Amino acid sequence: MAINRKLNGNNGDGKQTFTISAFSENHIGLLNRITIIFTRRLVNIESLTVSGSAIPGIHKFTIVVHDTPEKVEKVVGQIEKLVEVLRAFSHTEDEVIHQEIALYKVPTKALVEGNKVEETIRSHHARILEVSREYTVIELTGHKEETQALFDELNNYGLLQFTRSGRIAITRSSKELFSSYMQDAGENTVEYT
Amino acid sequence: MKATQENTVSTDIPKKIRITGAEAIMLSLIEEGINTIFGYPGGAIMPAYDALMNYPDQLRHILTRHEQGAIHAAQGYARVTGKVGVCMATSGPGATNLITGIADALIDSTPIVCITGQVAAGLLGTDAFQETDVIGISMPVTKWNYLVTKPSEIPEIMAQAFYIARSGRPGPVLIDIAKNAQFGELDFVYRKCSKIRSYVPKPRINIECIKQAADLINDASKPYILVGQGVILGEAEKEFTDFVEKTGIPVAWTLLGASVLPKDHPLNVGMLGMHGNFSTNLKTNECDLLIGIGMRFDDRVTGDVKKYAKQARIIHLEIDKAEINKVVKADIAVHGDVKETLPVLTGLVKKRTHTSWINEFKELDKIELEKVIQKDLHPDKPGLTMGEVLNIINEKTGGDAIAVTDVGQHQMVASRYFHFKNRRSFVTSGGLGTMGFGLPAAHGAKIGAPDKQVILFVGDGGLQMTIQELGTINQTQAAVKIVLLNNKYLGMVRQWQQMFFGRRYSETFLLNPDFIKVAEGFGIKGQKVLERPQLADAVQEMLDYKGPYLLEVSIEKEDNVFPMVPTGASVSDVILEPKI
Repeated sequence: MAINRKLNGNNGDGKQTFTISAFSENHIGLLNRITIIFTRRLVNIESLTVSGSAIPGIHKFTIVVHDTPEKVEKVVGQIEKLVEVLRAFSHTEDEVIHQEIALYKVPTKALVEGNKVEETIRSHHARILEVSREYTVIELTGHKEETQALFDELNNYGLLQFTRSGRIAITRSSKELFSSYMQDAGENTVEYT
Repeated sequence: MKATQENTVSTDIPKKIRITGAEAIMLSLIEEGINTIFGYPGGAIMPAYDALMNYPDQLRHILTRHEQGAIHAAQGYARVTGKVGVCMATSGPGATNLITGIADALIDSTPIVCITGQVAAGLLGTDAFQETDVIGISMPVTKWNYLVTKPSEIPEIMAQAFYIARSGRPGPVLIDIAKNAQFGELDFVYRKCSKIRSYVPKPRINIECIKQAADLINDASKPYILVGQGVILGEAEKEFTDFVEKTGIPVAWTLLGASVLPKDHPLNVGMLGMHGNFSTNLKTNECDLLIGIGMRFDDRVTGDVKKYAKQARIIHLEIDKAEINKVVKADIAVHGDVKETLPVLTGLVKKRTHTSWINEFKELDKIELEKVIQKDLHPDKPGLTMGEVLNIINEKTGGDAIAVTDVGQHQMVASRYFHFKNRRSFVTSGGLGTMGFGLPAAHGAKIGAPDKQVILFVGDGGLQMTIQELGTINQTQAAVKIVLLNNKYLGMVRQWQQMFFGRRYSETFLLNPDFIKVAEGFGIKGQKVLERPQLADAVQEMLDYKGPYLLEVSIEKEDNVFPMVPTGASVSDVILEPKI
């Protein structure tokens, strides 16, 4: 997961960036079941975000991979085959709006000494979350390239800590593919005779 | 306990009864129609084994000599009966010993429920005695698995386990039950699982796709059907036969599709794959329409995919969506249960015959008969061949037996020459190719089909991998007929070494025990055949014998299996004899 890796589009090797979204029941071990599918096919996960979805009890996995469309299609098929996964989709870069969040901790001393800091924060539309005598925590949401650009600038001030989240994404299509599926699936996770 | 169990007989309003988790496991099995369990006790599963003693009339337990023996027996049982095979084992090594069979059941779509004991919930993750993360270990090789830590979970989880194992594309499910959940009590009420919202075992049929498929079939001049185990699992043999008899299309079968169509059916043109027939492989690259039905285009069937049926349009009828376009891109995919899709398709196709097309297969069959089959079945050399053993057994059983095989040369010979005529009459480890499968699977098959003659074909290598199951067979006295085709080598590997590794026989020679004495030690009668004149009588004696029997036949070392599509070659490059 090299930070400088450019994730956009097709690099001529037939591979491109896909955002896979999978909706599942909220059960122990499902993350393991899903990641096994990638491991077995030697597909590297560039980023992974798991959280509750809009529907109570349903979890959403957002997984970013860089691979061929054929391989991604097969991986999605295998994810959807898992008993506890309701649906899985893959989207190309132009089909989704996506964001990542990054946090930067810099020495407060470095900030107050220069006059570039305000300019940097303003130009990146970042915001300050906390200031103490020792450190200042800055937050930026955006595409990876954007959080990376701020990283590169703040690194000049002696960055103390940096962390970046996985991607979250929503589709551009007006219809939510998953909610219509849920209408058919019903409210009960399991039904008995 | 007999009294409480009567209370569980299904009525409109099921009554709740207060029982232990261990009792609940047994009652759940009975509710699911299970009457046979293959297993091996141990610490963490002891409460369940204790409860088992309360149901001697409803639940028959077969004590194997190794957990691998239990799971392969459950597989053999499931494959001949169509019911879910059940096995039970303890935690740690008991559970890990099941893994090979679970992987085998997954790749061959066999419905299995494994119940494993687990250390008490409070001890999980502490490296307790015989604790292993069997949920983690079995995750890639099960259709579903679940760790039960509370007794109250047992009935619903057992109901889900059986529903998942047997529905859709069947597969193995493992339920790991912590010891405290077996000891603890619950209010038991059993209701079968009818739906899991995240799981769609039977896809909705798309009529439009079936119409498109029918159009392609009606327009084709050289259509060709490849059938797999999906038809057997879907219990759609009749629907399939109706379809092929109306369309008149020749049918070739995968290893696991053996016995979908009787061997002597006029449209049965033979087996596919690496050691399939000559015509079936060659015609794959000459047909104009390839119709895959309940099969998954395994690499042993396709050879080099880049050179596979490129000239043909492809229709794929398949229940598992993930199999569609996985290996071979389908022009028309009919996603669904063949039991439902085939009758619709049959209704839309024209009645036709393809006599001249089928004659093309027959012309190639003549070449194979002369170059391969004649030498296999009626050898003129002194050494005995596997083929002639099959030939005699066919003559004497009239195709009414169930054949079970291990893995290797004998497996290919048995699949090529065994005359099956009944459904579910050929049991073998296909996808995983598990040596050691044969003996326990044959035992399970005999338990499942006690009125059938069950004949195991096994090599000297594979037999020794699970030979301890002779002890199990002696205990049940199940009349398994074991045909040991002994060439003193790991024959299939040796054949490859001969053909592709310049006859460098690395670690394939076996110094074998006296198998007849070994069998005798286990209480099983046996006989060894060294020369041709003895063979027919010995086979007859084996078949007539009331109990289990070991017939060892000494086979010529360089009795190789042909035809062959070498690994990575195209199906068009199938060879009939070694190129020396």
